[in-house]
Amino acid sequence: MALKDITLGQYFPGSTVLHRLDPRTKLVGTVAYIVALFLAKQLVSYGILLVLLAVLIAVSKVGLKAIVRGMKPVLVIVIITAVLNLFYTSGGGTPLVQFWIFKIYPEGIWAAVFMVLRIFMLITCTFLLTYTTSPIMLTDGLERLLGPLKRIGLPVHELSMMMSIALRFIPTLIEETDKIMSAQKARGADFDTGNLMQKAKALLPLLVPLFISAFRRADELATAMECRCYHGGEGRTRLRQLKLRGMDIAFLAGCLTLCVGIGVLRYLGL
Amino acid sequence: MDQAIIKTKDLRFSYPSEEGVALLVLDGVNLEIQQGSFVAVLGHNGSGKSTLAKHMNAILLPTGGAVYVDGMDTADEARLLDIRRTVGMVFQNPDNQIVANVVEEDVAFAPENLGVPPEEIRRRVDEALRQVDMYEYREHAPHLLSGGQKQRVAIAGVIAMRPRCIVLDEPTAMLDPIGRAEVLRTIQALNRESGVTVVLITHHMDEAAQADRLVVMAGGRIVADGAPRAVFQRVEELKSVGLTVPETIQLLWHLRQAGLDVPLDALSDEECAQALFQLLSGKEGKGFGSDS
Amino acid sequence: MEAILETHKLTHVYSAGTPFEHAALTDVDFTAYRGEYLGVIGRTGSGKSTLIQHLNGLLKPTSGQVRFEGRDIWESKARTRQTRFQVGLVFQYPEYQLFEETVYQDISFGPRNMGLDEGEVDRRVRQAAAFVGLSEQALEQSPFELSGGQKRRVAIAGVIAMEPSVLVLDEPTAGLDPVGVESILSNIRDYHRAKNATIILVSHSMDQVARTVDRLVVVENGRIPFTGAPREVFAHGAELARMGLGVPAMTRVFHRLRAMGVDIDPSVYTVEQARDAILAKLDRGPHKAGQRLCGEGKKEPADMEFSASLAENGMEHTPSDEGKGAE
Repeated sequence: MALKDITLGQYFPGSTVLHRLDPRTKLVGTVAYIVALFLAKQLVSYGILLVLLAVLIAVSKVGLKAIVRGMKPVLVIVIITAVLNLFYTSGGGTPLVQFWIFKIYPEGIWAAVFMVLRIFMLITCTFLLTYTTSPIMLTDGLERLLGPLKRIGLPVHELSMMMSIALRFIPTLIEETDKIMSAQKARGADFDTGNLMQKAKALLPLLVPLFISAFRRADELATAMECRCYHGGEGRTRLRQLKLRGMDIAFLAGCLTLCVGIGVLRYLGL
Repeated sequence: MDQAIIKTKDLRFSYPSEEGVALLVLDGVNLEIQQGSFVAVLGHNGSGKSTLAKHMNAILLPTGGAVYVDGMDTADEARLLDIRRTVGMVFQNPDNQIVANVVEEDVAFAPENLGVPPEEIRRRVDEALRQVDMYEYREHAPHLLSGGQKQRVAIAGVIAMRPRCIVLDEPTAMLDPIGRAEVLRTIQALNRESGVTVVLITHHMDEAAQADRLVVMAGGRIVADGAPRAVFQRVEELKSVGLTVPETIQLLWHLRQAGLDVPLDALSDEECAQALFQLLSGKEGKGFGSDS
Repeated sequence: MEAILETHKLTHVYSAGTPFEHAALTDVDFTAYRGEYLGVIGRTGSGKSTLIQHLNGLLKPTSGQVRFEGRDIWESKARTRQTRFQVGLVFQYPEYQLFEETVYQDISFGPRNMGLDEGEVDRRVRQAAAFVGLSEQALEQSPFELSGGQKRRVAIAGVIAMEPSVLVLDEPTAGLDPVGVESILSNIRDYHRAKNATIILVSHSMDQVARTVDRLVVVENGRIPFTGAPREVFAHGAELARMGLGVPAMTRVFHRLRAMGVDIDPSVYTVEQARDAILAKLDRGPHKAGQRLCGEGKKEPADMEFSASLAENGMEHTPSDEGKGAE
């Protein structure tokens, strides 16, 4: 079934430099890259960021194909933003094209191109993060990074536990959805035809059992966790220890340089 | 060996129902489980066997009587963690007790909760995975494993706490014959080689037959308690509480009803075949001459 | 015998064209005859689940055909949909598919999808409920308030209410205790007899299936290595065990007995057959006459006694007919 083909939180195991970096480094790096992306104003800045991204993709050995495939779901949003930018950016001079109420200025074209480029680069760099970091490392990294926020009352441990449990149960629930769907089809349920209302109604025989099952699973899981002495984040140790190494420091320094560099370019207005 | 790891004293438990009438599930259970033993608890659905299991590590607390785990009263909240690390629990559905999406991370869950230092966690995880024969799968995603493999991961996740006793609540109910055999082998090895006390809740006769001691539950009470060999001879009594006996014993029981002189305590296929062999080869004349 | 449902060179390949490509079924010729009680056995991953999902058109063959009453079920869209109702499929743990507010409404889901009028839907719901031993009172309850065993009956009734001429059940007794197992099996037997329906019972364990079915089909590795009467199939006891299939205890004991040098037919699979075989063997002894009387006189009461306490509603229990096995 099509449902099984969806790969969520996809991770390509590997042992490249990018894979071996500490997840916290990669998280900070991704944020830094995005900041730089929004600071970028000039062609040069975009050029630098684009080259950097290409290098990182090459290093990660993930392959361009996987990244292109991942773009598909967001394509519609990208096109809409591009079109909006194209028409709603007004320039000082005369419009290039003019028809009915629409006017296209050269500035609009630039804005659209940059916007598209920016979105693609932004998505690609987050892909690089999830492709090279296992979900469990990612939640671990996030928990440690956000650790200090515990002091202001943010339930950091709980959030990261929820996230990792969600990741654990996604495949199970997808499989279950498939099974219930087949069972209802065997009783003549029709999920494909009819108008929107009918389709929504046809989903009830799927959604009700799915929710009930999810609650039952949650209940059993909670008991099982208690039986294994789970009592919140306090006093918990971890099997996997995160340690910042030389290459992490170097990478972080690179990120800082990048942000400062792009910021300076913007300030100088080159 | 004679120390009781779990002891229930006149244990009663009832669920409060809507009409205010309490539904009595356990009706005065007195049970002592000795350190290092392998006890099977047999009963049909609704006999109270799962409710009893849930009292063994304070998931449920008695509404009457008391339960002691290694001398600790399970109602004593201050000892909750000690109780739970002494008696581990494995449930029916392996999917709903695996927490992490990598096998070894899941096995590490309990030691992490207990604040065990990382190097020690690593040691325990590796050891637990080897004990259930799942070491090669340590980096796999649990949802891609077979039912039997998942259940063995769940068992590893419990033994990584180094409990002195494991209670398994129908651990094979959702498994196919291969998965069942894998899980049973694992349980037996844990009991024999590592000396872990095992309490196996089941309604499979052949599984119950593997234990040293068999406790039969019906209507919230213990109705039979003894060596499987002895308990299974009480064919009629078991039938009256909705249970059967292993087919090997059924056959011998039928032959006895037909007036033949056969032992009733052949539990394994081999013993049964042996008994039939003797019947067919040696005692042909004697067997039915006396009765017909 | 007239074939009602058959597959011809049925092949199913999952994830074709990707690195995960694997063939779940390869050139499978499978036949179910009208009115027979058929057992399909195979271990997890043998391809048996893929096979049964082809029988009512939930899966489409990669190549080959599925024919219901002689015609390809993929001939037209209407034909495929019609087959869904003619070949009822009860999945494993079917209680997890219940969704309606009352038992009645849930059972009526299938018949309503068939577009039947209210009167007919009502008749079918009540009759299906009766087949699985649900009381009138239970019909108005929420299915979620029932016990596990009761829920399973509701789910089975939901398929029976479509009055399929072929009823396929995947592990209908999984996770039930001996009382529940016997009760569900007797519900299925009732439907089988009352409607002369073809029953296809799918399982990975032979212990329960063996005594109920007329014929067995073994699925292994996407093919069908054995098919025949239970006695014929269990003659391959050792191979079956190697395939990871549960072999009935009596078959195992008799294979052992044979290995010990006793000249005895090892193809028994129920306690009754085993007892009769042993008694027959002893018959050669000196006190033949008396023993024969004793053995035959005992047969019925002994059977009844063992099963009466198992069949919850005091339903009749029929030991597998050995006559059929010998056919």
